[in-house]
Amino acid sequence: MMDPSAYLLLSGILFGIGVAGVVVRKNVLIILMSVEIMLNAVNVAFIAVGSHLGDVTGSVFAFMVMTVAAAEAAVGLAILIAIFRLKETIDITELSVLKW
Amino acid sequence: MVDGILNYLWLVPALPLLGVIVNSVIALFVERPLLLAEEDHGAPSHGPSTRGTSAPMGEGHGASHAAPAYRKLVAFVGPAVVGASFVVSLLAVLALAARPAHDRLFVQVLFPWIQAGTFFAPAAFQLDPLSSVMILVVTGVGFLIHVYSVGYMSHEKAFARYFIYLNLFTFAMLLLVLGSNFLLMFVGWEGVGLCSYLLIGYWYEKKSAADAGKKAFIVNRVGDFGFLVAVFLIFWTFGTVEYTEVFGKIPGLAASGVLTTGIATAITLLLFVGAVGKSAQIPLYVWLPDAMEGPTPVSALIHAATMVTAGVYMVARTNALYLLAPTSMAVVAVVGAATALFSATIGITQNDIKRVLAYSTVSQLGYMFLACGVGAFTAGIFHLMTHAFFKALLFLGSGSVIHALSGEQDMRKMGSLRKHLPITFTTMFIATLAISGIPGLSGFFSKDEILWKSFSSGHGHVGLWLVGTAAAGITAFYMFRLVFLTFFGDSRMEPEVEKHVHESPYSMTVPLMLLAVLSVAGGWIGIPHVLGGYNYFEEWLAPVFAHGAEGAAHGGAHASAALEVLLMAGSVGVALCGIGLAWYLYRVRTEVPKEIADRVPGLYDLVLNKYYVDEIYDVAIVRKIVNGSIWLWEAFDTAFLDGIVNGIAALVKGAGERTRRLQTGVVGNYAFSLLLGAVILVGFLLWS
Repeated sequence: MMDPSAYLLLSGILFGIGVAGVVVRKNVLIILMSVEIMLNAVNVAFIAVGSHLGDVTGSVFAFMVMTVAAAEAAVGLAILIAIFRLKETIDITELSVLKW
Repeated sequence: MVDGILNYLWLVPALPLLGVIVNSVIALFVERPLLLAEEDHGAPSHGPSTRGTSAPMGEGHGASHAAPAYRKLVAFVGPAVVGASFVVSLLAVLALAARPAHDRLFVQVLFPWIQAGTFFAPAAFQLDPLSSVMILVVTGVGFLIHVYSVGYMSHEKAFARYFIYLNLFTFAMLLLVLGSNFLLMFVGWEGVGLCSYLLIGYWYEKKSAADAGKKAFIVNRVGDFGFLVAVFLIFWTFGTVEYTEVFGKIPGLAASGVLTTGIATAITLLLFVGAVGKSAQIPLYVWLPDAMEGPTPVSALIHAATMVTAGVYMVARTNALYLLAPTSMAVVAVVGAATALFSATIGITQNDIKRVLAYSTVSQLGYMFLACGVGAFTAGIFHLMTHAFFKALLFLGSGSVIHALSGEQDMRKMGSLRKHLPITFTTMFIATLAISGIPGLSGFFSKDEILWKSFSSGHGHVGLWLVGTAAAGITAFYMFRLVFLTFFGDSRMEPEVEKHVHESPYSMTVPLMLLAVLSVAGGWIGIPHVLGGYNYFEEWLAPVFAHGAEGAAHGGAHASAALEVLLMAGSVGVALCGIGLAWYLYRVRTEVPKEIADRVPGLYDLVLNKYYVDEIYDVAIVRKIVNGSIWLWEAFDTAFLDGIVNGIAALVKGAGERTRRLQTGVVGNYAFSLLLGAVILVGFLLWS
């Protein structure tokens, strides 16, 4: 019955770093990596709380998230490569065709 | 046994309707495809557009010889249905006459027509002495004019279309006079208005004809509005629109104070507004002279003999109401007398043969209203009937002249036609004598009865008599001017036209002859007692005008037989003076009329231009309405209404213009707003 507050704090800091990376950075590759950091920050929180409550569901969810993260990374990188072939850049500010 | 024929009364209007249906089928499936095919091939033909005048050309050759079978069928069906209708009418009226005088009222209910709450209007026909006179005139004169039309219109391409309209008109007119309630009368009233519009604009390729049709329709609409409001008021007061019920309730409601003089005046004045429009009285007479753009038989049937007299019929039908409203009676009498004199003066200066007759018609209709206004409804209807005979004859005669002169209508280009058109001349001369009031002919009896009643009746006045007599003198003058200019003197025809002058075919001259007989003898059923005759006509109509006779008898106190004969002699004298003056000016000293016109150029121009009434209406009413409509269009519709709609659209567009900046397309911004949203949500969940 450990105290999860330190882990949760770590998780929060990691998540914050990830968010900052997504919002601030312009390189799509870095943004993808930041997303990974956010996912793993959530994993930390899951495991910590699961361990605190003595419930394995938290650990199971961590595996689940890792699986999703792997799939996401595969799809994300594939899109990244497709974008690079089209635009010859991965600077996200250049990719603004979504606007009206 | 004899009475049984009355059960076939519905056939009277139904037969012309059958003609409409048959002719419509022919027109739609035979005539129209033919005309369209002809147009496609650009085949040159004697169509109205190439002619530019309102009368057929040629000398009885052309289309009539090589007439296709369908034209023969139309030429048979069109007149035949009206003729059959006349026979049924005659039998029905004879059956009615066989009944005792107090029982001469027959109502045939066909089916319930409109039923809403307490309102009930059946489709029913009412045959009484008044409507029997009307149906005999409409179908009798109508039949002759249909026959005449076969000859007159034989060179027209749209032959079946013409007879559809003419049959439809007969149907609507019969509905008007036979309907047993005000609503059915209104349906007929609108129906004849529509047919009048269609027939005036028969040569719709001609702008003047199309305009004249529109003018007639719009001016009539003003009157129809008054009529409709009057019908509402009648329903509001009496709770019914059936003639028998309305007139039956009058004594009771008048006694109980529900039907005040004010209401009776309002109803009758509004009805009179309708009559003024339909019967072309001041101030709504302006459409009738323009209606001469239509084919001449149409002018004879609709704009002389039948439709324009609908107003007189309506006033006579509602005589019981009029007698309750002395103000309305005075208005009717004054408007009638004023119109009689006013339009007679215009008739003096017109050069178009049909326009002279048109103003003459307006003037004679004024006489009929004068009669109704002084309570002499019998005299009004009597004049309506005799006028139908001689005015139809005059119009058909003028049509025969126009036909002979290849479409020429200007009397300045006629003359000496007596030798070329003996039958037309003789019959027209008889009609002219009749309208001038020469003793022994129909017009004399009816016109003098009106003049006598306008003098002697309790509602009458010496002023009305004077105006009427003056108009009678002017009538005699301009009618003989017409005859002298057209049939006497030297020929002023164009050489080209003169070569083709010919008497009309029998289909046209036989109706002329029959109408001439009626113009002479039509008045003999109403010879006044003072001349040793017996007024059968008055006796026949007495059940309908029971109250009217009373009104006239009131004034009869100061009337004497000697005075009546004296006034009669006076009006004949005035008519003879008119004829004499016309003889002197247009036969003896033919240069004088021009000198007179030069002597008073202002007055002459004033009358020649019809007192500029059309121009005054144009400035005072038409322009104002047009300008008002333009204002409504530009200021109200375009600026205001469209402004609201477009303004809302512009507002939404402007808002979108500003808010679209939010969509930067930069993924980072989206991510940031995602984050912001998440933070706000979490914050909200934590602190709420």
